[in-house]
Amino acid sequence: MAPNPPPFSQKSQSPSQPSGKSEVTDLKLQLRGLAGSRAPGSDDKKRDMFKRVLSYMTVGIDVSTLFSEMVMCSATSDVVLKKMCYLYVGNYAKSNPDLSLLTINFLQRDCKDVDPMIRGLALRCLCSLRVEGLLEYLVGPLRAGLIDDNGYVRMVAALGVLKLYNISSATCIDGDFPAMLKNLMLNDPDAQVVANCLLSLQEIWNLEAAVSEDASMEIEALLSKKVVYYLLNRIKEFSEWAQCLVLDLVSKYTPSDNNDIFDIMNLLEDRLQHANSAVVLATIKVFLHMTLSMTDVHQQVYERIKAPLLTLVSTGSPELSYAVLSHLHILVMRAPMLFSSDYKYFYCQYNQPSYVKKLKLEMLTAIANDSNTYEIVTELCEYAANVDVPIARESIRAVGKIALQLYDVNAIVDRLLQFLEMEKDHVTAETLVLVKDLLRKYPQWSHDCIAVVGNISTKNIQEPKAKASLIWMLGEYSQDMLDAPYVLESLIENWDDEHSPEVRLHLLTAVMKCFFKRPPETQKALGAALYAGLADSHQDVHDRALFYYRLLQYDASKAESVVNPPKKAVSVFTDTQSSEIKDRIFDEFNSLSVIYQKPSYMFTDKEHRGMLEFSEELGNLSLGAETTDDVVADSQIYDASDNDLLLSTSEKEESKAPLSGGSAYSAPNYDNASSSLIATDTQPESHLGLPTYNPQSNLAIDDLLGLGLFVAPSPPPLKLSPKPALDPASFQKKWAKLAVSLSKECSIDPKGVATLSTPQALPRHMQDHSIQCIASGGQHPNLKFFFIAQKADSPSFYLVECLVNTSSAKTQLKIKADDNGNSEAFLSLFLFALSKFGQSL
Amino acid sequence: MISQFFVLSQRGDNIVFRDYRGEVSKGSAEIFFRKVKFWKGDDVDEAPPVFNVDGVNYVHVKVAGLLFVATTRINISPSLVLELLQRIARIIKDYLGILNEDSLRKNFVLVYELLDEVIDFGYPQTTSTEVLKSYIFNEPIVVENAHLPNLGPAAMFVQGSKRMPGTAVTKSVVSTEPGGRKREEIFVDIIEKISVTFSSSGYILTSEIDGTIQMKSYLSGNPEIRLALNEDLRIGERGGSSHGYGSSTGGVVILDDCNFHESIHLDSFDVDRTLSLVPPDGEFSVMNYRMTQEFKPPFHVVALIEESGSCKAEVTIKVRADFPSSITANTIKIQMPLPAYTTRVSFELGSGVAGNTTDFKEATKKLEWGLKKIVGGSEHTLRAKLTFSQDSHVNLTKEAGPVNMAFTIPMYNASRLQVKYLQIAKKSKAYNPYRWVRYVTQSNSYVIRL
Repeated sequence: MAPNPPPFSQKSQSPSQPSGKSEVTDLKLQLRGLAGSRAPGSDDKKRDMFKRVLSYMTVGIDVSTLFSEMVMCSATSDVVLKKMCYLYVGNYAKSNPDLSLLTINFLQRDCKDVDPMIRGLALRCLCSLRVEGLLEYLVGPLRAGLIDDNGYVRMVAALGVLKLYNISSATCIDGDFPAMLKNLMLNDPDAQVVANCLLSLQEIWNLEAAVSEDASMEIEALLSKKVVYYLLNRIKEFSEWAQCLVLDLVSKYTPSDNNDIFDIMNLLEDRLQHANSAVVLATIKVFLHMTLSMTDVHQQVYERIKAPLLTLVSTGSPELSYAVLSHLHILVMRAPMLFSSDYKYFYCQYNQPSYVKKLKLEMLTAIANDSNTYEIVTELCEYAANVDVPIARESIRAVGKIALQLYDVNAIVDRLLQFLEMEKDHVTAETLVLVKDLLRKYPQWSHDCIAVVGNISTKNIQEPKAKASLIWMLGEYSQDMLDAPYVLESLIENWDDEHSPEVRLHLLTAVMKCFFKRPPETQKALGAALYAGLADSHQDVHDRALFYYRLLQYDASKAESVVNPPKKAVSVFTDTQSSEIKDRIFDEFNSLSVIYQKPSYMFTDKEHRGMLEFSEELGNLSLGAETTDDVVADSQIYDASDNDLLLSTSEKEESKAPLSGGSAYSAPNYDNASSSLIATDTQPESHLGLPTYNPQSNLAIDDLLGLGLFVAPSPPPLKLSPKPALDPASFQKKWAKLAVSLSKECSIDPKGVATLSTPQALPRHMQDHSIQCIASGGQHPNLKFFFIAQKADSPSFYLVECLVNTSSAKTQLKIKADDNGNSEAFLSLFLFALSKFGQSL
Repeated sequence: MISQFFVLSQRGDNIVFRDYRGEVSKGSAEIFFRKVKFWKGDDVDEAPPVFNVDGVNYVHVKVAGLLFVATTRINISPSLVLELLQRIARIIKDYLGILNEDSLRKNFVLVYELLDEVIDFGYPQTTSTEVLKSYIFNEPIVVENAHLPNLGPAAMFVQGSKRMPGTAVTKSVVSTEPGGRKREEIFVDIIEKISVTFSSSGYILTSEIDGTIQMKSYLSGNPEIRLALNEDLRIGERGGSSHGYGSSTGGVVILDDCNFHESIHLDSFDVDRTLSLVPPDGEFSVMNYRMTQEFKPPFHVVALIEESGSCKAEVTIKVRADFPSSITANTIKIQMPLPAYTTRVSFELGSGVAGNTTDFKEATKKLEWGLKKIVGGSEHTLRAKLTFSQDSHVNLTKEAGPVNMAFTIPMYNASRLQVKYLQIAKKSKAYNPYRWVRYVTQSNSYVIRL
């Protein structure tokens, strides 16, 4: 446990959770004895004692009760002792604000020591106390530290200002410390002092931006050509870490013209040969972002950075290699063509960790094209036979994805079918899922595939996804598979043993499809399935069985057109990630976003995002006013819901049904699970008659059930200007300046949610209520909108942040207003407008 | 910036714990360790070096069996944190001589002292072993290396070259020799890791050499050093096709790419391939390079699996060492996954072999063959008879393999990149420090498909 704590090691080797109480008391007595001692050798004894105290601290035993004894012992000229004492004090001052006063005396004295190192250490400790009551003692030494002759002291002081800001922003700003930092940054001969000033200023202004308008000007000043060039010209003086800091700043700088860009790139060119991957990636970020608007140069940058990146991937430790590879991954995903001849670098190595292999497989998938598919697929097939099961699975999926993105899939289909002959359960399972997807895109292959799939015994397949896929194929191709009805029948006989509701849902759909193709053979199975389904304890299974039952009762031919409509081949399976999200991640190059493959707003709290990032966030959201209302083609809507390649097919069919076969149907959204659920649940006694789908009654039921759906109030009296005049930039400023006046969480009508499959529908709708969308973004299920409204004949604005979660049908509103008195009235107006959303359609 | 830094032992104990910003809870080390130990997610059974739990990002590297971890709440550059962690580990090693749990526990106060200077308020400050020296006052407590497992590149030199002083690369930059005088010496190690994949017909599918020139200097007064590489060394030419196999380059070494430590002056590199530098204290990589040019693999391996009757099969693995007999490879380990229904394996080794070990790992169904050493030019064969629990009715080569080989070959380098000379600026005529230039080649991924 503790590094060498004598009491423990004597008593027991590994105490599980020592309270350390008696040991601490013991230490206390011994420290007291030593406190006044100036005898020779007492420093050595103190060192031993301090070591023990720190070792307890490390393992998490509370030694804060020793505070006064520690301070008493700290009157010493021994630097090692001093340092240990500083460490201790820094750790416990916050929980002992009163006792901390005891330390001030000797810290202040040390801040005036002749030895610059002692001055620096004492100042660092003083700034790290994090006790607000002691601020008055801090300001003086800090100010002196900033103008100290010694670079080390100034370096400590520059960061000390930031620490001060963190304890009390007012003291820091009012004391004019930022201005001193700025001066120091532009003039200090010591590069580390400059770097510390820069990072302190960045952090201070980013935090300050939320409350002060000056802050954004200060941020702009940091990003001015003068400052950026000043730092760039000194770049080689900086340590590698400070270089990263400067490069990060440069990546946010907007160059004045192309010469500017080329000057900077030429200056930084040799940074690409640096052995530190953080420096190289920071440089690459500058290069990529500066050349975004110059397509050909941008492409040259890709070519230029390839070799250094590959070198970092192969020569670093596995962890570093992973971080660099993640960055290479997003570049490959953006421009697979540029990497198509480098595929061999993305082959997996025997001893690589699986998280690395996984990335590599994705890259191989992305860069596969006509020229290299054969080699890549051959390599992937080697992995498929691999003993590493997760990677074998990934490899098979990769082969499948390559097949789905290419036109010439002849050879690949053969290979996939060979996988089925390998008779390894996990291989078979993965392959079945793929064959199903493949058939949805290339129905022309059904003959070959079905022949092989037909030979697979359902007994050997246990994984729900695979089983569901096989069942889907049995239903879809029941006319070509001789024994399809009988296989389905035997599966239905074992209904109760089937634990996955997904499989049971598929079974219902498949037996329906089979019934319409081969009625006499399937009738018995269908009856059994519906019977079992109606008795099923799983709600969805029950509902689907009930739905099919009623559908059949109502009109068998209609039922056929719903369950078994003529299908168009799926042309493109959509990406799991929208291009907007991908761009966002690219904007955040050289950050954790790249590793997680998520933009930062999805994993960081707001207070830990700087203003710079926040403003980027607003800027990147597409401006609602500018987007044209594209009419989305039917097939695209289908694809849009097809987020996951492995999404259960039934879900897709249901969402497709109203488009292809449901025209005679009056229900506006029977595909919306929640509304059909409500309908069936409220009419259990209507003994399987034809349910009447009527939007109005539906809403009434919702109200009746008190499901929290918003009950439309009458419009409140507040009048809004039909054309609020505020540009996005001033919106941003205003948003940063104003405090939240009201926040509210409420539900939205499920029909509204359905309409949100095209997110632009909401802005359009709100516009009719004189509420303008200024920016929007996000990805299902989390959408984000910024709205603006203006009180009629008044300069008073209302700013709204509206977060919509489409899966829970909830929305979170934040309203900021120039005139807080009216915000209640505005809120009800906004809610009224929102409640109408989806009903006009 | 980072919020906390800590080092955990393999069992999850805090050895060092430093909180710089106070924004992440103190229990983070425990949360982290639990997450890493029982990692579950995305079909990957090993925790990636970077992950997020409840808004806290955990970044870690494994060094010498210890976990070096940083936490942060902001969207920081992962490479920066990983490089920093790696650097911290290296600085500690520079100071302690040997980095392991024992030395770290004995010296944790020194480590705290280092950390104070390396990171302030979560921002990296000074990471140069050299500069740190003037701020560090604790003396390292040196631990004995003898009974400890060898870690890192130092271990590779213990065997094979007897002239080498065993403790040379494991001594602290601050401690002095028992005699009170520091020994003037400098080590330059050319370490190459090779990756080769052979097809079932013995054809090379991919090959790559990842090399690094490591330096560790114990020279006082920091004299300037010149390091000359092959004069005809070429960089960045991939010779037409993406992989220039077969293109005879007549002994010229062609690197795909390389990068350098920041202390290196490249002024004359383009002219005569010499690097000049004032070596900082401690261990560092002068240059890292990558090569996909064709090279002669050190081992030629043939692996076969054939059915030999019902429920029986035979495996043959033949290894030939394609390097001069003056060189000896050591710690060779060959592994081959066998069909999952293999129940028994009996081995048959060629005559006159010593120091061979053979094993069948029941749990993982792997055949393992270990050889203490292989002398250049020699050939070794292993035959194994397998017994199956069921009849195999599919292609056996799809059920077994590929064969993987691990080895170390001291004083050998596959790329033929050489340090032609190592010149130290002389302070006086009598000044003649020890210079050690050593080569070693290790397998990274040496795979033979069936």
